[in-house]
Amino acid sequence: MQHVSPVRIPLVTSGKTYHDVTQDVCRQVEAKPNIRWMAALAVALFFLGIFFYSVYRTLWYGIGEWGLNKTVDWAWDITNFVWWVGIGHAGTLISAVLLLFRQKWRTSINRAAEAMTIFAVICAAMFPVLHMGRPWLAYWVLPLQNTWGSLWVNFNSPLLWDVFAISTYFSVSLVFWYTGLIPDFATIRDRAKGPIARRAYALLSFGWKGGAKHWSRYETVSLILAGVSTPLVLSVHTIVSMDFATSVVPGWHTTIFPPYFVAGAIFSGFAMVLTLMLITRVVFRLEDYITLEHIALMNKIMMITGSIVGVAYITEFFIAWYSQVEFEQYAFINRATGPYWWAYWSMMTCNVISPQLVWIRRIRYSIPATFILSIIVNIGMWFERFVIIVTSLHRDYLPSSWAMFSPSIIDIGIYVGTLGLFFTLFLLFAKFFPVINMAEVKSILKYGVDNGPTYGGNNTGAQQSSYRPTGAPASAPVNYNKHD
Amino acid sequence: MTKRYALGIFEDEDVLLHAIENIRAAGVKIYDVFSPYPIHGIDDALGIERSRLPIAAFFYGLCGLSFALWMQIYMMGFDWPMIVGGKPHIGLPAFIPVAFELTVLFTAHGMMITFFLISKLWPRWRVPVMDVRSTDDKFVMAIELKEGTDLAQLTQLLRSNGASEVNEKEMTKE
Repeated sequence: MQHVSPVRIPLVTSGKTYHDVTQDVCRQVEAKPNIRWMAALAVALFFLGIFFYSVYRTLWYGIGEWGLNKTVDWAWDITNFVWWVGIGHAGTLISAVLLLFRQKWRTSINRAAEAMTIFAVICAAMFPVLHMGRPWLAYWVLPLQNTWGSLWVNFNSPLLWDVFAISTYFSVSLVFWYTGLIPDFATIRDRAKGPIARRAYALLSFGWKGGAKHWSRYETVSLILAGVSTPLVLSVHTIVSMDFATSVVPGWHTTIFPPYFVAGAIFSGFAMVLTLMLITRVVFRLEDYITLEHIALMNKIMMITGSIVGVAYITEFFIAWYSQVEFEQYAFINRATGPYWWAYWSMMTCNVISPQLVWIRRIRYSIPATFILSIIVNIGMWFERFVIIVTSLHRDYLPSSWAMFSPSIIDIGIYVGTLGLFFTLFLLFAKFFPVINMAEVKSILKYGVDNGPTYGGNNTGAQQSSYRPTGAPASAPVNYNKHD
Repeated sequence: MTKRYALGIFEDEDVLLHAIENIRAAGVKIYDVFSPYPIHGIDDALGIERSRLPIAAFFYGLCGLSFALWMQIYMMGFDWPMIVGGKPHIGLPAFIPVAFELTVLFTAHGMMITFFLISKLWPRWRVPVMDVRSTDDKFVMAIELKEGTDLAQLTQLLRSNGASEVNEKEMTKE
C-alpha cells in the first residue's frame, strides 16, 4: 500500500467520473471522422506521396540522387536518422522511467507518447535502409550463414550494434505499447455498436476481461517491461552516439557523446510530445486530462535536458582546447566560425537559449509560447545533428578534398516525406485507438480527491469513500505544492 | 458446460475491497472480480499469490545473454576469425552492446509471450464478459452458483456489503 499525501490536487480536472473518462476518450474513436481530421490526413498523405516519390527516385537511380559527395558521405540521411530516433526516446522515457519514478501525471500522456516513439522509430529506420542503396539486401545486417549473402556480420562495428539496438528498441516498445492498449481495446469492444467494430476490437483486445488475476499479472509485466525499457532507451542513443564516438574523426571522437546524445534525445522527444499533445488536447477536447500542469512539467523536463545539452556543447569546446590537439581544435573553431556558422549558431540559439525561457512561469504555463518553443527546439535539435555530422566531415585532413554539402531535392523530399509518414500514422492512431490510457487514468482519478484509500492503510482521514468532485475549474493552473 | 454466477456490481473500489474481505470471511468463494483498472490491494484481499513472471523474465534474460555471447564468440572467434583493425578476435568489450540488447529482447518478449499464454489471452472474435460495464466504470464481483446455493441470502450479503445491484448470469466456462 503506497502512501498518498492528502494535500494533492487532482491530476484530472473538472471532477471526472470513471464513466466520463470512458466517454471522453472513446468519443473520437466512435464518432465519424471530422473534417479537421480529414483535412490533416489529406495533408499528411500528400507528404507521404512525396516520400514515396523520393524513395522511388532513390531506388531507381541510386544514391547519386542525394547531395552526398566524396568528402561529405554522410549528411541528411544520418542527421534525420538520429533526429527521429531521438524524438522517439521521450515516449519510452514517459512510459518507463516516469513509471519507475511513480510520476502519476504520466498516465494521460504515455499512450500518445509511446505511439510517437514507434512511429518515430519507423521513420528513423527508413534512412539507414535507404542509404544501403539496395534495401532488398537489408537482411545482410543480420548474422546469417555465409551462403545467404555476406560473411558473418562484424560484431566490432557500432553500425551493427545499431541494428540490434534499434530493432530491440522498436519491438520492445511495440509490445509495451500494445500491452497497455489491451484493456482499453476491451473497453471499446464492450461499448461497440456495429458488428465490424465489435469483432475488430475483440480481436485487438486479445479477450481481455479485466479479472483480478489478469490485472495482477498485467501490473507485474508492466513493471518489468518498464524496468528493462529504462536501460534500453539509454542504451539505444548511447549506441547511436557510438556510430560517431568510436571513429577517429575530429569532432566525433569524444567520450562525452553517449550522455550528451541521450540528453539531447530526451530534449527533442519532449519537444515533439509537447507539439503533438498541444494539438491533440484541443482537437479531441482533452483539456481536463492533459492540463496546463502537464504542459508545465514537460516544459521543465525540456528545460533541464536542454541545459544538459548546453553544458555538453561548452564542454566539447573546452576539451578541444584542453586536449591541445590541433585537428580537434580546428574542428570546433570551424563549427562556430567556418562556412557552416549559421547552422552552429541556430543550434546554439534554439537549444541553449530558448529553453531557458521556461524559467519564467508565464511561459511555462502558456500554450502558444510552449507550442512555439517546442517547434524551435525540434529545429534546433535537427541542426545539432547536422552540425555534428556535416561540419566534422566537410573539412578533413587534406585541404584539397574539402567540400561543402548541399541537399538535393530528393534529400529534402525524403525528409519532409518521413514527416508525412509520421503524421499519417499518428493521425490514424489518434482516430482508431484510444489516445489516452483510460485504465491508468481511472486508477489515478481519486488521486488527491479524497484522502486516499481507506482500505488496508492507516489513513483515518477519509470517511466518505464515494467519489467526490472537487469543483476545481478546468484548465486552471494547479500546483502540486505551494512552492511550485 | 454452462455455469451460473451471481454478479455483485460495485461502484467504488474501497467499498469493493471491504466487501471482498467480508464476503470471504463469510465463507463464500469469489470466482473473480472484474474491474476497469488495476486495484491496489485486491491481490491481498482476494488471496492472489504473487506472480512468478519476474522469475521467468530473469531466466529469459539469462538465455538472451548466453545466446548473445555464444553467438558473437563463435562467429567472430571460431567459425570465421577475421582481423578487424588489428583487434583480438574475441574482444569482449565490443560484444557488450549486442549482449545487452539481446538480453533485453529475450526478457521482454519471453515474458510477454508467457504472460499471454498463461493468461489465455490471444485474438478471438467474441469475448463473452460477465457485465459490459466492468470495462467502463463498474466493479463486478462474480460468485459461482452451485447446487443448493441460497441466492436470496447471497444477494442479501452482497447488498449489505455495498453492492449497488445483484444480477444473475449464465456463462459457458472456457
